[in-house]
Amino acid sequence: MNIRQRQVGDVTVLDVTGKITIGVGDVAIKDAVQVALGGGARDILLNLQGVTTIDSAGVGELVSAYTSVAHRGGKLKLVGLPPKVNDILQITQLITVFEVYDDEASAVASFK
Amino acid sequence: MPVVEPEAYLAVASRFENIELVQAVVEDLLQRLELGDDDRHWIGLAVREAVANAIKHGNGGDPQKQVEVEVRIDAGDVEVSVRDEGKGFDPSSVADPLAPENLLRPGGRGIFYMRSLMDKVEYRFGAQGGTEVVLRKRIKSAAAPRAEEETRS
Repeated sequence: MNIRQRQVGDVTVLDVTGKITIGVGDVAIKDAVQVALGGGARDILLNLQGVTTIDSAGVGELVSAYTSVAHRGGKLKLVGLPPKVNDILQITQLITVFEVYDDEASAVASFK
Repeated sequence: MPVVEPEAYLAVASRFENIELVQAVVEDLLQRLELGDDDRHWIGLAVREAVANAIKHGNGGDPQKQVEVEVRIDAGDVEVSVRDEGKGFDPSSVADPLAPENLLRPGGRGIFYMRSLMDKVEYRFGAQGGTEVVLRKRIKSAAAPRAEEETRS
């Protein structure tokens, strides 16, 4: 799995590709969000377009990232959910927790 | 009732990287059954969860302890059993991850994943210790992988 950080206005975008799974991917998400927060990020957009698999540990890390950002007074939102990731968020009912957008422009605009 | 020999038997050390190995073997078997991508993905994901639980909770991440996996194809069902060397647990004590108070908990979704993705999930606990979780799913194309060879012989 790979995570690339970029800035779009005031929003920090993390482009995630590969598997968010126990042992590697889940830790990588936590680390990337902590690095972004440590660097002064407040609002974070996770672009999951390139994610192929997300297991329960990966879902857990999304939740942890969400609460970490919220505790700092920011927001964490999701964009570009592949169908299988969307299915998992539906099954776990986390779709009711996360704000999810289809395209990046709408997602970035929603933080304002 | 006839005994169905496993299509595959694996014993792996309790390391998270071995989850990839188990998933690759299971998905390869399912591909030979001509299952669609979606079925392969969801069964593979459920097996990942079972193996992850066995490594993490059952064997406590001790690489000296093994996780055993058997895959059986039986009359239209795929059955995958995953055994660890742990002390067992009470499945009914696991909190409901959909309860509002648990929704934002980072953990506790592994068994829920398996139950959501498979048709049947059973736990068996050995008298001498060890937990076995048996995952079953009915599949549309269940021609045994060896059917072609058996027809020839």
